[in-house]
Amino acid sequence: MPRPRPPFPANSGLWGMPTNINNVETLANVPAIIGRGSDWYSSIGTARSKGTKVFALSGKIRNTGLVEVPMGVTVRDVIFEIGGGCPNDKEFKAVQLGGPSGGCIPTELLDTLIDYEELQKTGAIMGSGGMVVMDEDTCMVDVARYFMGFVQDESCGKCIPCREGTKRMLEILDRITMNEQENGPEDQLRRFEGAMLLEKLAKVVRDTSLCGLGQTAPNPVLSTLKYFRHEYDAHIFDRKCPAGVCKGLLHYRIDTELCTGCGLCASKCPQNAILGEKRHPYYIIEERCISCDTCRQVCNFGAVIAE
Amino acid sequence: MANVDVTINGREVSVEEGSTILEAAQKAGFHIPTLCHLKGLSPTGACRVCVVEVDGARNLVPSCAFPVRDGMVVRTHTPRVLEARTTIVQLLLANHPPECLTCVRNGDCELQSLAESLNIREIPYHGERRRAPVDLSSPSIERDPEKCILCGRCVRVCEEIQGVSAITFVNRGFKAEVAPAFGRELDLTSCTNCGQCIIHCPTGALRERSNVQKVWDFLHDPKMHVVVQTAPAVRVAIGEMFGMPVGTISTGQLASALSILGFDRVFDTNFAADLTIVEEATELVERVKSGGTLPMITSCSPGWVKYVEHYYPDLLDHVSTCRSPHEMLGAMVKSYYADAYGIYPGNIAVVSVMPCTAKKFEAERPELETSGFPTVDAVLTVRELGRMIKLAGLDFANLPPREFDTPLGISSGAADIFGATGGVMEAALRTAAFYITGSELSDIDFRDVRGLRGIKDATVKIGDLEVKVAVASGLSNAKVLMDQIAAGKSPYTFIEIMGCPSGCINGGGMPQGTDQETIRARMRALYMIDQNKVYRRSHQNPAIRALYENFLGEPGGHRSHEYLHTTYMPRERS
Repeated sequence: MPRPRPPFPANSGLWGMPTNINNVETLANVPAIIGRGSDWYSSIGTARSKGTKVFALSGKIRNTGLVEVPMGVTVRDVIFEIGGGCPNDKEFKAVQLGGPSGGCIPTELLDTLIDYEELQKTGAIMGSGGMVVMDEDTCMVDVARYFMGFVQDESCGKCIPCREGTKRMLEILDRITMNEQENGPEDQLRRFEGAMLLEKLAKVVRDTSLCGLGQTAPNPVLSTLKYFRHEYDAHIFDRKCPAGVCKGLLHYRIDTELCTGCGLCASKCPQNAILGEKRHPYYIIEERCISCDTCRQVCNFGAVIAE
Repeated sequence: MANVDVTINGREVSVEEGSTILEAAQKAGFHIPTLCHLKGLSPTGACRVCVVEVDGARNLVPSCAFPVRDGMVVRTHTPRVLEARTTIVQLLLANHPPECLTCVRNGDCELQSLAESLNIREIPYHGERRRAPVDLSSPSIERDPEKCILCGRCVRVCEEIQGVSAITFVNRGFKAEVAPAFGRELDLTSCTNCGQCIIHCPTGALRERSNVQKVWDFLHDPKMHVVVQTAPAVRVAIGEMFGMPVGTISTGQLASALSILGFDRVFDTNFAADLTIVEEATELVERVKSGGTLPMITSCSPGWVKYVEHYYPDLLDHVSTCRSPHEMLGAMVKSYYADAYGIYPGNIAVVSVMPCTAKKFEAERPELETSGFPTVDAVLTVRELGRMIKLAGLDFANLPPREFDTPLGISSGAADIFGATGGVMEAALRTAAFYITGSELSDIDFRDVRGLRGIKDATVKIGDLEVKVAVASGLSNAKVLMDQIAAGKSPYTFIEIMGCPSGCINGGGMPQGTDQETIRARMRALYMIDQNKVYRRSHQNPAIRALYENFLGEPGGHRSHEYLHTTYMPRERS
């Protein structure tokens, strides 16, 4: 189980001995600095962030892989100049910087410099250089939920804010993004209550967790709340997922213009949620629909719409 | 040590370098609530309840673990801190069974007190709660993982202070649990039943297996003749459960309460402590004279006995074959007393009130039967007796004092000090000296073996002999002495070992909230009783002499061995 700091590892770490803990990337810089001098190294980068940084470009981007850039280039440079932008004519929406501990930054902040302090100001972190690009088909609330699930898996369980706090945050995000059968006003109240508490809980988890995992776990939630609150509102109040990702919030309907009344969807529906008469437009009963997507996939006429 | 100046809530205070913020705040007159913090153990910083604001620090810091720096500015109760504390406790409550009303710690629970002191009036977090079955495998200790708040105190006590580590953190994250390894239940581990985990647990997650109902059933059964006995340490601690100051000697009220509760005879385990000394001193002198296994080690602490069975089974010959006092008294009740009063032993129930949870395990040991009957039928902790007395509606503090019943109720001062670490040693020396030299010592206060240090040793002059003795309490201290013996390097002739640190006065069956102050007060009370008694040497106890004359014959004789001695069994370390 992690120990409280101070004492810091440099003073008392493994077996109580002074210990040095660094990422491989940091250590890999050392021979170059020793070999070519600190002046050379300091000539690269910004005033406070020297040298280069390696990023792992992934997600909705043409060129994926590892890229090393000098500190001080912009996020836009990396994503569009080097990464080639989003494929399939999709519009860029956000980039997750720093992995599950990091934050998402939107289009407006693409000109942020790759620099430790500059990135921190946006609510993201440099982290280990993870750069996950997202486009218009990504649901930001789902992203926050996904990373919170990751943190819950990795949490050691020692301190209350991370062990219990991130669990409750995940449950709140689950309630927002999924369509559990709501059995009355109490469930709805719970959803609203959770939504109201999410930000406060995130701040307490960040403020009080014992180690960096818990301290940074709320970053995806806090940054998406900051820049994409309209998506949260749509999930919570309108019960819709604008990006069309959260299956539980998709409403399936049949376009009566396109439907030929072949009855294929009705025969395949596992919930018997589709009614109709041959050669007349069919109808989906929302209450029975579990969003399995079968009807949309089998329809040969594109008549099933999920929105 | 240099001093540093810090400012707490605007108040300046000077503290030793290396102090924690918590200590500095206390000095400045501010109380910061804590939960997982345990004085005397390494700070763990797990619960985050004690967090405070420190100028210059980005996040809130745990005051129990964060060392002060010169010029540090601390704020302990800002809105940001209060919101954090409240949220943390609410999160705990959200994962806690809503069973306060029927919980054994109702009204005496640190989580309850914390929630109340933070004025928490709602739990806004709903979701999954930890589910796990209660571990009822051990006759001494019950584990209820659903009530556990994962503070880790029990883990640290069992590992750092007792050196046993029967329970630890298993699994990870939300699934983390405090449990024995490999999913075992307690009875299949090398848990010694000492109960130190129970007295450090802030909630009802760890508690004793209760025998209260069993005892009520005995008391209400017209067929049963119910005999009760109380350990030395009980009389200086039971009063705390009724608001009396720590260290109050309430022997008279104790005997009175037991009589009113309906026990047919109220005997005193102290009588049997004297008996134990006579037998054990005889055994020691015999081993010294005839080259028996030395050093000899005391055997009245069942937590210690189970420890040596698990961890040093090859050295079991060193342990005295004497039973523990309450077992000796039970044996005399079901033989000597039963005969004398014409009662069929099968209709006698012996109940022991102990500061101990290991005695519950001990009472079920099959080799401790007497003439085919269990020697002791039920063991109650001080906590359980306190609850029974409250249930009976007695005003304990104001009960008219009563004496213990005869013949098994008379004792010397040497018996009372059994409850403190070093007491058995001192009592044994007082008698052994007489057995070896034939004359009484003028000074029977062996101050070298007194006090709360974990390991004590002394060289005692008995006649022309120089006898080296040692005393240890707490199992990690026992380990030191045992390793010495195992290496063949032990210089001692006689060793007293108590499973609980400081001895029975800090036993696993004592009232919750025991701290160093309390232990010290109880210890002083025991030595005071000893000072004021007419008889201070076990062998001078007239009731003991009568017992040997009328029934047992010779100390260490055939009858003694039949009723008052026992055997041990090697156990696996697991």
